[in-house]
Amino acid sequence: MRLRTIAAASSLVLLTGCGAADMTKQASPFAHAQGAKTVTLSVQSWVGAQSNVAVAQYLLEHKLGYRVDTVQVDEVPAWDALSQGRVDAILEDWGHPDQEKRYVDDKRTIRRAGGLGVTGHIGWFVPTYLAKQHPDITDWRNLNKYASLFRTAESGGKGQLMDGSPSYVTNDKALVKNLKLDYQVVFAGSEAAQITQMKQFAKEKKPFLTYWYAPQWLFKKVPMTEVKLPPYKDGCDADAAKVACAYPHTPLQKYLNAGFAKSGGEAAAFLKRFRWTTEDQNEVSLMIADQKLSPEDAAKKWVDSHPDVWKKWLS
Amino acid sequence: MATITAPTSRATLPGVLRHRAAGKLALLALAAAVLVPLLDSRWGSGSWPHALTVGLDKPLSAASNWVIDNRDSHPLFLYFFGYVSNAVVLSVRAVYLTLLAAGWAGVTVFGALLAWRFAGVRLAAGTAAAFLACGVLGMWVPTMQTLALMVVAVLASVLVGTLLGLAAGLSDRLDRALRPVLDTMQVLPAFAYLLPVVLVFGIGVPAAVLATVVYAAPPMARLTALGLRGADPEVLEAVESLGATRRQRLLTARIPLARKELLLGLNQTIMMALSMAVIASVIGAGGLGDRVYQALASVDVGAALAAGIPIVLLAVVLDRVTAAAGQATGAADRPRTIGWPYALAVTVAAALAARLLGRLDWPASWSLNIAEPVNHAVDWMTAHLYSGVPVVGGTADWAGHFTTWVLDPVRGGLQWLPWWSVLLVVAALAWLIGTWRTALTAVLAMAAIGVLGVWSPALDTLSQVLAAVAVTLVLGFATGIAAARSDRVERALRPVLDVFQTMPQFVYLIPVVALFGVGRAPAVAAAVVYALPAVVRITAQGLRQVDPAALESARSLGATGRQQLWQVQLPLARRALLLAVNQGVVLVLAVVIIGGLVGGGALGYDVAFGLAQGDLATGLVAGAAIVCLGLMLDRVTQPTARRPGKGA
Repeated sequence: MRLRTIAAASSLVLLTGCGAADMTKQASPFAHAQGAKTVTLSVQSWVGAQSNVAVAQYLLEHKLGYRVDTVQVDEVPAWDALSQGRVDAILEDWGHPDQEKRYVDDKRTIRRAGGLGVTGHIGWFVPTYLAKQHPDITDWRNLNKYASLFRTAESGGKGQLMDGSPSYVTNDKALVKNLKLDYQVVFAGSEAAQITQMKQFAKEKKPFLTYWYAPQWLFKKVPMTEVKLPPYKDGCDADAAKVACAYPHTPLQKYLNAGFAKSGGEAAAFLKRFRWTTEDQNEVSLMIADQKLSPEDAAKKWVDSHPDVWKKWLS
Repeated sequence: MATITAPTSRATLPGVLRHRAAGKLALLALAAAVLVPLLDSRWGSGSWPHALTVGLDKPLSAASNWVIDNRDSHPLFLYFFGYVSNAVVLSVRAVYLTLLAAGWAGVTVFGALLAWRFAGVRLAAGTAAAFLACGVLGMWVPTMQTLALMVVAVLASVLVGTLLGLAAGLSDRLDRALRPVLDTMQVLPAFAYLLPVVLVFGIGVPAAVLATVVYAAPPMARLTALGLRGADPEVLEAVESLGATRRQRLLTARIPLARKELLLGLNQTIMMALSMAVIASVIGAGGLGDRVYQALASVDVGAALAAGIPIVLLAVVLDRVTAAAGQATGAADRPRTIGWPYALAVTVAAALAARLLGRLDWPASWSLNIAEPVNHAVDWMTAHLYSGVPVVGGTADWAGHFTTWVLDPVRGGLQWLPWWSVLLVVAALAWLIGTWRTALTAVLAMAAIGVLGVWSPALDTLSQVLAAVAVTLVLGFATGIAAARSDRVERALRPVLDVFQTMPQFVYLIPVVALFGVGRAPAVAAAVVYALPAVVRITAQGLRQVDPAALESARSLGATGRQQLWQVQLPLARRALLLAVNQGVVLVLAVVIIGGLVGGGALGYDVAFGLAQGDLATGLVAGAAIVCLGLMLDRVTQPTARRPGKGA
């Protein structure tokens, strides 16, 4: 085995030794170990994305005989990694028009692979117990009236609007400014930190205002109500500094590396057909994040109880 | 050495020091009196003047776009970076496949034999246990991925470091040129290294390995140069008189004499590579670091710990084995163990046995799930400590008070200060404690932050560093003094310190959020926990090394325990205490930056934002500012001792 490895490595060196070395066409060194068919999936940091990957991984491994590697990469760098073939697929993308133009239309290194079947929406949320106390809080025009409720040590004299990971799409700073709100955007810095903080607030029934998104498993644990922002119209978010409208509803998309889409065989076909609903995704997410099942166990549970859904992806 | 010269020179030092310090301050005051009105009339006295900033956003974005567009066509990439990248991928892959082929049995046996050969039976057993524990935790494959990455990164670092070290050890001019660079690289937070590498290589294993090499090579280079220069001149003369050529002298005398430093360099390189391997998961390193990172995304402290423990185990084992190898100088006093041919034969036999038994992969049924109990414990802690604890208040209240009463005033004060006065304070501090050179570097570094246009976030980060350092020093000195005065305390502390020092910084982040909420307070808390062990250790060591004769004479004069501590031990250990401050500052900065991931904001958030959004312009500017801040903080706290015979 070791001899064969060395022989393979040295023949690869010889093969690539002359001529150009294109580093945009390199796979991960951990892929295809010991002759196994490997698929590398990109996992984003939020749990919904973990659920997609967990179920896809389980089915690829147990029904199609692949070995699956997962890599956690942030959204934008994931496009770059996908274009280079360091990952084979992104299963949940929230809309990156710049990257889409560059890699899909111009460079043609990434292929669209259809919708995930889940629609995503970003917005501002308050916990439902708070919305019940103050029913008019769910309109942005009344937010200034309640700013003092949301004051924390980090927000100074203003109300705190909590934002999450730096990788997420957000217009919140511009929104606060353009809607003339007496709020300070506080970045939790990561989704994990944001969730932990929200759970702590909820446990004590404290008021909080947060940037959040659906589908998200946390809604089952901490019921939240959306605050209505000025309605979204096409193009109202074109200039990032002047945004003064709500976030759109985005049908989430899948993308495959162009080379993998062509020669990825069963795995590529399977990932193209992979399509489920918000409820399905939430079911798995809740098992992972709340019941603390390992993603693999959660995927197994879901796969065992929903054969009618995934059977269609395999044929 | 310090202990012998200390008593005589110290007796006269304070007086001289005071005069010199006064002189320096007077000089600075004079300079300020001339310059300040000038600067003030020209640019005003608020925050850093806008006229003095240089906008790097556009050129940096353009560079980043150029790289992405030309990566698959430009000759620079096709014929240089492409090969570098290929070489890294191929070697990591080769090592990984070899490790997988050896199977868990082969790797464990080989590791144990290696440890036995270098460090004796006890460490061999420890190594085997550590590897088996990685398997039991269900982390065998990620451990092998990290190990493969580490092997390649450490080999490359050692190669690069030794070459640089040889150059610096043999040529005085190169030594003068390299030393400040290497000194500086050693104090920079790992996070700042990630972006430039990502810019060229994109996310993935090549970038991770190269960032690790850049981070881990400097100690090897420094110690190699040190070892070569420290060789006993009499021995060298003897060798020379035997008519040895230059090369023979190097190979037969200087390098063997530097063996101890070389092995110490290897030890440090390995430790730094391992800590970087975890941080590099942010740029796609995979392996254990990635598991920690993924677990944190779902707020799963237990799973993060399950991936963190193998890292700690690897670190402790590698540290002990290389340290033991360094101590056993010369082949004569090493216990007879086992020859290489036998070691290899036993390894192959173990690997084959596992293969024949069909147990090449770690059997799934042998793993233990620690995530659940750990999470229960964490939940319990946060549920009971977060708030509403009678009398003392909950941790959330402390965090709130700390933010309102300490962090906000410090930040407000720093940002309120006129920009030139910040530079003056930096100059005064650095000059008082160091030389005019260190002072100049510190001031220039601070000014560079202003020029980059990130003055205000940098001061925000600085305020967090200052607060964290203050807390760390109070706790660290107290614990260090306790450890120095009682053997029992020190023995009890040692394993705790070991573990906390090697634990990947990421693992700290979530429990501190659970306890202190989101914001700057948890970032400070994580930094304190991370920096404390080093401060405690250096303080305890410094106090213990105080000349026993001085203590004895103080005791004979009837000094009480407290008097001995304040009037003899602490003053005599001044140098160690200053070193502790310096280390504390450097370590705190490293974690405060990572604190951007838990709401620390400021520069750390900018770097995280740059990495996450592929907006390298923001990230690189923040990274450069972090470098300058690190440089400034290091120079301001750097005792003169590090540059003997230079400057005032």
